[in-house]
Amino acid sequence: MAKPLVATAPFTGCFGCHMSLLDIDDRILELADLVEFDKSPINDIKTFSRPVDVGLLEGGISNDENVEWLREFRKNCKVLVAVGQCALTGGVPAMRNTVPLKECLEEAYLNGPTVVDGCIPNDPDIPILLDKVYPCHEVVKIDYFLPGCPPSADTLWAALTALLTGKDVGLPYELIKYD
Amino acid sequence: MSDETMTIIIDGVEVAAQPGQTILEAADQAGVYIPRLCYHPDLPPGGHCRLCTVKVNGRPASSCTFPASDGLVIENDTEELNAFRRTIVEMLFVEGNHHCPSCEASGDCELQAMAYRLGLLTPTLPYLRQPRQLDASHKDVYIDRDRCILCGRCSRASKVEDGKTVFGFEGRGIHKRIAVDGAKGLSDTDMSVADEAARICPTGCLRVKREGYRVPVGQRTYDHTPIGSDIEHKKATR
Repeated sequence: MAKPLVATAPFTGCFGCHMSLLDIDDRILELADLVEFDKSPINDIKTFSRPVDVGLLEGGISNDENVEWLREFRKNCKVLVAVGQCALTGGVPAMRNTVPLKECLEEAYLNGPTVVDGCIPNDPDIPILLDKVYPCHEVVKIDYFLPGCPPSADTLWAALTALLTGKDVGLPYELIKYD
Repeated sequence: MSDETMTIIIDGVEVAAQPGQTILEAADQAGVYIPRLCYHPDLPPGGHCRLCTVKVNGRPASSCTFPASDGLVIENDTEELNAFRRTIVEMLFVEGNHHCPSCEASGDCELQAMAYRLGLLTPTLPYLRQPRQLDASHKDVYIDRDRCILCGRCSRASKVEDGKTVFGFEGRGIHKRIAVDGAKGLSDTDMSVADEAARICPTGCLRVKREGYRVPVGQRTYDHTPIGSDIEHKKATR
C-alpha cells in the first residue's frame, strides 16, 4: 500500500506550527516512514500533483490568496486539519478584527511613529487584505482542530499518528492548550 | 453546624447537606465538582453564568442559588449537561475577544480552563468581533473588557469584601458591560490594588498591572490539572 500523502499550508501565521512539527525530534524519521509529503513549504513543492490524504493548515485567512489556497486544499485533501490558534480562531493577527481595515493600514503605513514618507502599498502583486482575519472553518469545512500556540510537538505527533493509523484522535488533558 | 443533616443524591451518589447550603456548596463539601465560572466561595452567589446548571428532580436549575433540601435528585456530570456547558463556554469565547496566546491570564484563566475541562478544542460559533473599551487609567489595575464574561465577581467583591461600589453593570442584553463608578474611568474611583476585587476576576479582564507572565508555562494553575481538581481531590482523600 502506498504511504498516506500529507500536505501543509502556511497562511497568516508565524510559521511556528511548522516549526513545532519539526520539533518532534527523531520521531521525524518515523514520520518519514509513515507518510510522504506533497505540497508543503517543508519540501518546497508549490502545487498539488495528486489527491492528498491529510492537509495541515497553519494560520488564519487574511487575504484573497489565503482564500484561494484554502479552497485548493479543501478540493485536494480528504481530511483537513486546522493547526494552531491562528487557523482555529484567527489568533494574534485577528487582534485587528475590532479595528476597521482602513484605520489599520493608515496606522501601519501613514501615521505610525516610525513612518517616513509613508504610502499604503498597492502593487497588484500584493494579495488584497480581507476586512477581517478569519479562522479556517469560517471559509471551508474543517474536519479536525488541533489547538495550541503552537500545538506542542507531542500534540502534533499524537494527532498525526492517530489520524494516519485510523485511530480516534482523543487528546489527553495536558495536550489541549490555547497558548 | 446543625445536626439535622439532609441527604441529596448527585448522579446516583448520596451527598450530605446542611440546612442553608446550596446544592453547589453541599457538592463542594462532598468533593463533587459542579462546573462554575461566576461563583466564588467568598461571595454571595450571582447565578449569572449558568455553567453550574444541574437538573433538580428533572428540571434545570443553577446549583449555586438552589437551596439543598432532603431527597433532591440531581443530575450533574451527564453528557447532556456538559454539552450545554460547552456551548455556554463557546458563546462566551465568540462574544468577547479572547486572544489566549497574547493574554497574561492564560494558564490561570478559569474560562480557558473550563474549555479544557469540557474538551472544547476550539469555538466554532461565528465570532462577534465587537470593539470593547480598555481602561488603563488606574495606576495599578486595568480593565480589558475584551476578556469580560460578565460574571459580576468584581462588582460583588467590591461591595461585599471591600465595602465599596467600584463596579456595576450597565446596559442590557448584548450591550451589557461592566462599568466603573467614576466619570474618568477606574482612576476616578476609590479602587485600590489591595482590594479583593482586584484579584477576583476569573479571566484576564480585571488584572493587577506589572504581574503578568511571572509564572513560567508548565507551572501555571491549570497546566497539568483540570479546574475543579482541588474539589475532587477532597473526595479522593476522604
